[in-house]
Amino acid sequence: MDLLEYQGKELFARHGLPVPKGVHASTADAAVDASETLGYPVAVKAQVLIGGRGKAGGIKIAKDSTEAHEYAGDIIGMDIIGPHGEGPFKVHELWVEAGSEIESEFYASVILDRSAKKLMVMLSRMGGMDVEAIAASDPEALVKQHVDPLAGLGKEEAREIVDWAQIPDAVAWQVADVLVQLVEVAQAEDATLIEVNPLIVNADGEVILLDAKVTIDGNSLFRHPELEELPESADQDAQEKMAKERGLTYVSLDGNIGILGNGAGLCMSTLDVVAQAGGRPANFLDAGGGSKAEAIIDALEVITSNPEVTAILFNIFGGITRCDEVARGIIEATNKIGLELPLVVRLDGTNSEEGLALLAEAGLDNLHHEATMLGAAKKVVELAGN
Amino acid sequence: MSIIIDNETKLVVSGLTGREGSFHGLRNKAYGTQLVAGVTPGKGGQDVEGTPIFNSIAESVEQAGANTSMIFVPAKFAADSINEAIDSGVDTVIAITEGIPVMDMLSTYWKAREKGVRLIGPNCPGVLSPGKANVGIIPAQFFDQGRIGVVSKSGTLTYQIGNELKQAGEGNSTIVGIGGDPIIGSDFIDILTLFDSDPETDLIVMVGEIGGDAEERAADFIAAEISKPVVAYIAGFTAPPGKQMGHAGAIISGSSGTAKAKQEALEAKGVRVGESPTEAAQIAVETLRSL
Repeated sequence: MDLLEYQGKELFARHGLPVPKGVHASTADAAVDASETLGYPVAVKAQVLIGGRGKAGGIKIAKDSTEAHEYAGDIIGMDIIGPHGEGPFKVHELWVEAGSEIESEFYASVILDRSAKKLMVMLSRMGGMDVEAIAASDPEALVKQHVDPLAGLGKEEAREIVDWAQIPDAVAWQVADVLVQLVEVAQAEDATLIEVNPLIVNADGEVILLDAKVTIDGNSLFRHPELEELPESADQDAQEKMAKERGLTYVSLDGNIGILGNGAGLCMSTLDVVAQAGGRPANFLDAGGGSKAEAIIDALEVITSNPEVTAILFNIFGGITRCDEVARGIIEATNKIGLELPLVVRLDGTNSEEGLALLAEAGLDNLHHEATMLGAAKKVVELAGN
Repeated sequence: MSIIIDNETKLVVSGLTGREGSFHGLRNKAYGTQLVAGVTPGKGGQDVEGTPIFNSIAESVEQAGANTSMIFVPAKFAADSINEAIDSGVDTVIAITEGIPVMDMLSTYWKAREKGVRLIGPNCPGVLSPGKANVGIIPAQFFDQGRIGVVSKSGTLTYQIGNELKQAGEGNSTIVGIGGDPIIGSDFIDILTLFDSDPETDLIVMVGEIGGDAEERAADFIAAEISKPVVAYIAGFTAPPGKQMGHAGAIISGSSGTAKAKQEALEAKGVRVGESPTEAAQIAVETLRSL
């Protein structure tokens, strides 16, 4: 679960980290009100889940109310494309923040290093640019240090990282404190990524966290009810939203072939073989282990709510999942929602014979059975057209 | 031989009194696995279809001789159960539970390493040594006994490949589901090492997916340390960056963790990678028969 900048900053503030004062706004008028409260200059910042907002024109400094109104109006509704072509991300929300005089910019992050199975702190005196750009232009300027999983990060150890990164002496202890606290925030809030870029020193010599990119482990939300209740991004894909409400694991893609598989690995593999056969998958949908008829109905309703879909592929290898249950779900769903789209079904594994017999008995005109995964992929591509 | 579990396995199941735990625990027993105990705090002294229930895993080790623990408890409590198992005296802990917070697994992973306990999973289907023992949820009917070792991040994809091997007339020494979480107890490298020294394994099939760099590290390790042929399959070529594809660990971060990078890393080290599960199984069968 990725937090918007302002949500990340609110999280930092709760842990006593220094962040600028700011106000959330979703209209130009609200942005002006916020600016008047904060005092000029203010930074008007697009709240979208992608980096490179500044370059894309999503962050502007306003000196007065006229500018605040104009910039806020420009940014709301803007489509922001990420540095690697991600998106577009439409801007629905702003964070209006008291302007900071920037003397120097650093980069700080805490990430889960899956290879090392430890948290890793990264620090650089070259802030404000992409971390990959720092690593590419001057690898020595990006200091990386693993955190002992049992002991955590101590203040002296943090200071060593700071000195290694050649952060000026005057702010060294402040930056060390920030690193210690960021590790504590990661552990306390189950954050698998915290990136602060830039971490600045202002004109008064104070260290401030000027940006926040935070990812929370979705599996930990049971112990963070306050994060679970955060408003959903208004930009969420309609099918992804619908699937989430029904407890289905669904990812939208941009093709026309609806896909349903059981198990994450088999489902990913199904997308791949459909693409190899020349097709374009419309989604990833893992109906999960032990898929019951109701889950199949829910899944088909989500898939068919996407108007792009012209054909659907079911790829089921029943282990815990029973193929007769899946077949019942397909038949019920087809009748319930009046499904007319071509449906290619591959059922293998537990109770597949019973499942196939049920499908044959139902005699659905739009249903095509294929014995193998590759055969099913070819068939659905043929039926889907372009 | 086989690896991790065999005829000597004495299984204790945490959560045996629960719905899922009893269904799968008793299925494992029906397969022939020596199910010696169940554990549910406060229910010590009861039994589940003749299998005694203890209050702690340590008691089941002392009184029933358990040496392998299976964890089937809800995600909220699973890390505590795994920690209990690590301290109990069993050699092997197999954690099936999906959805354990990764921060919990960070400390649990290092605890298991420190104590020298083998941890498989979490978020995995378990381990099957055909003809000997089954611990977890792998449907044994799709696998035959044979000479191919399988190590995989995914359950159903493993069933798919195992079944294709079976239809081609080949079978498996052991099938190990290592799990789809970002932090898992045993990685490809750990399992490849076990298969390499198992006299009943002649060839290894490795099934990976997007996210992390375990496949890339395995590629280097195979080139340096593994003497047996390895055939691979990687899922997720069409996965978009930044999206979690079902498994907590299956996510491309920025430009790292892609299926293409993994395939290239493996092929650069001479590992053949199948384009589909079917092709991977075919390559495995061909390679095995040419040995």
